[in-house]
Amino acid sequence: MIPRTERFHPNLEARKAKGAIAYVVLVGAVAVGILGLVVLLVQVFLQGVDWLRPELIFNFPSRFPEQAGLKAALFGTLWLMGMTALFCVPVGIGAAIYLEEYAPENRLTQFIEINIANLAGVPSIVYGLLGLALFVHGYTFEYGSTKIEFNLGRSVMAGALTMSLLVLPIVILASREAIKAVPDTYRQASFALGATKWETIRGVVLPSALPGMLTGIILAMSRAVGETAPVIAISALVYLTFIPQGPLDRFTVLPIQIYNWVSRPQADFQGLAAGGIVVLLIVLLSMNAVAVYLRNKFQNRSIE
Amino acid sequence: MSLGSAAQGSPDSPSDVLRSSGSEYRALFKRNKRNWEGAVVHRLVFACAILSILTTVAILLSLVIQSWGFFSQIPVWEFLGEARWSPILKPRSYGVLPLVAGTMLVTFLGAAVAIPVGLAAATYLSEYAHDKVRRIIKPILEVLAGIPTVVYGYFALTFVTPQLQRIFPDMLVFNALSAGLVMGIMILPMVSSLSEDAMLAVPNSLRQAAYALGATRFEVSTKIVIPAALSGIMAAFIIGLSRAIGETMLVTIAAGATPKLTINPLESIQTMTAYIVQLSLGETPHGSLEFNTIFAVGLLLFLITLVMNVMGYAIVRKWGLKYE
Repeated sequence: MIPRTERFHPNLEARKAKGAIAYVVLVGAVAVGILGLVVLLVQVFLQGVDWLRPELIFNFPSRFPEQAGLKAALFGTLWLMGMTALFCVPVGIGAAIYLEEYAPENRLTQFIEINIANLAGVPSIVYGLLGLALFVHGYTFEYGSTKIEFNLGRSVMAGALTMSLLVLPIVILASREAIKAVPDTYRQASFALGATKWETIRGVVLPSALPGMLTGIILAMSRAVGETAPVIAISALVYLTFIPQGPLDRFTVLPIQIYNWVSRPQADFQGLAAGGIVVLLIVLLSMNAVAVYLRNKFQNRSIE
Repeated sequence: MSLGSAAQGSPDSPSDVLRSSGSEYRALFKRNKRNWEGAVVHRLVFACAILSILTTVAILLSLVIQSWGFFSQIPVWEFLGEARWSPILKPRSYGVLPLVAGTMLVTFLGAAVAIPVGLAAATYLSEYAHDKVRRIIKPILEVLAGIPTVVYGYFALTFVTPQLQRIFPDMLVFNALSAGLVMGIMILPMVSSLSEDAMLAVPNSLRQAAYALGATRFEVSTKIVIPAALSGIMAAFIIGLSRAIGETMLVTIAAGATPKLTINPLESIQTMTAYIVQLSLGETPHGSLEFNTIFAVGLLLFLITLVMNVMGYAIVRKWGLKYE
């Protein structure tokens, strides 16, 4: 054979050197993300640690930073989270059951799926505007002498309905994944024993999918707890010295109270905001921990 | 639908299966009641799925109806063409361009951080990292994605801005640069994890072929995997950008409240989203022209993000990987 080395330049040293440099750059990119997270957490904690006192949890907001607390916001967040779960969990699971177990393969199903994916990408503030128009101000219908008025005002109910629509795509996607993970053999066994489709879903599919669905629901709720913009559009008022007693009362939530403190120029309020953020992050991290715990427990069981 | 394929024409009731000996089982199984229950459930869960379509319709309708009040007084071309936005302070002017420019400026800065860093991180996680390393890094990035945006706003305002002011002493407290950089960190996990998914979907046979020809790992990554996954990566970029455009609290807190047609990142600007929040906080009477501006801006925002999201998914569907 004719040696062709003069046309083939492997140049291996240079290529390997290039690879080594690239490796450092790529690791650096990952480090940027991790470093950002670490700096953010450390910064917030250092600023807020002095403000983590009982007053922060047990007091209502105040003009005086040393007396201001998150009581109204904490209860508002609890109310909002609970009612959002009440609305969006049954609907989300229902839609997931339809898409996984019932939906025929046709254009409507395809459209529903695309639509859900798009809804997940709609900016949260747009949901706020939807809630503002649909639930807060509502509509008045007049037919001659009869007048039907529908509006919920700036209430927890309006906030929870809006938030339900916002997190619904997340609940649906998570529930679908959980239902998909149930092996088909379970269904076939159930059918073989004479169960109807609904009996199979209720008695076999849903119980096995439950831990997975719970994980997704908790993650969706933690999204709802952290969302600020849509709640601002709905609740507007950020200075409340009472906790909601019913679904039609006004409310405020943790991120709004934090935003209120951040936007004040005094350094004390900035510290207070950092304290509030630490509380918010603790709430979110514990929710995530529960979700991860459920996921692990679920995975272990399915291996058995 | 996993079952449909496995058991064609899956039985709605056991009597379908036992049709040959059906009649005697009927009473035993109380078939009618059970079928009736199943039919109700079928309709209920269908209604749940339809609700998602109704939500989209409701979003569009409420935005269009509410901004009708605005566009009946201010012509669309004035809204889209004028270069000054001052809906509350006289002399009034309703040109949305400064808000759009503000949004684009912050988004551009965010993309300048998130796209290269996100792509590099995805390449590392998909092509280089051991499973063990990935199992540590991925949850960290997920935590980053789960932090509420108000926290990022606080971080930009109280940490990043003061640091940047050391480099640019005459930079304002509220500025696009700080908000944009933090925006980059914020959308980084999304860009990186969507890109990584696209790269993981590239079949191993392509990599093996390249290695067999003597390519280095870096060459395999940049010349084989990234081109093969390009459609998914582009979709990740677009979806990340659309997220940045719709992001609200970070820019409300850190970028300022002065609508300005500028490309100078050191200045204070206002985005579309920040304007909506600013007006929502005030005591603007419901139904007034000022109040309806937020729906006009919201409609524009919705349309922009909708087009981008549809584009993102369309790219994946049309040019997505078809190696099998």
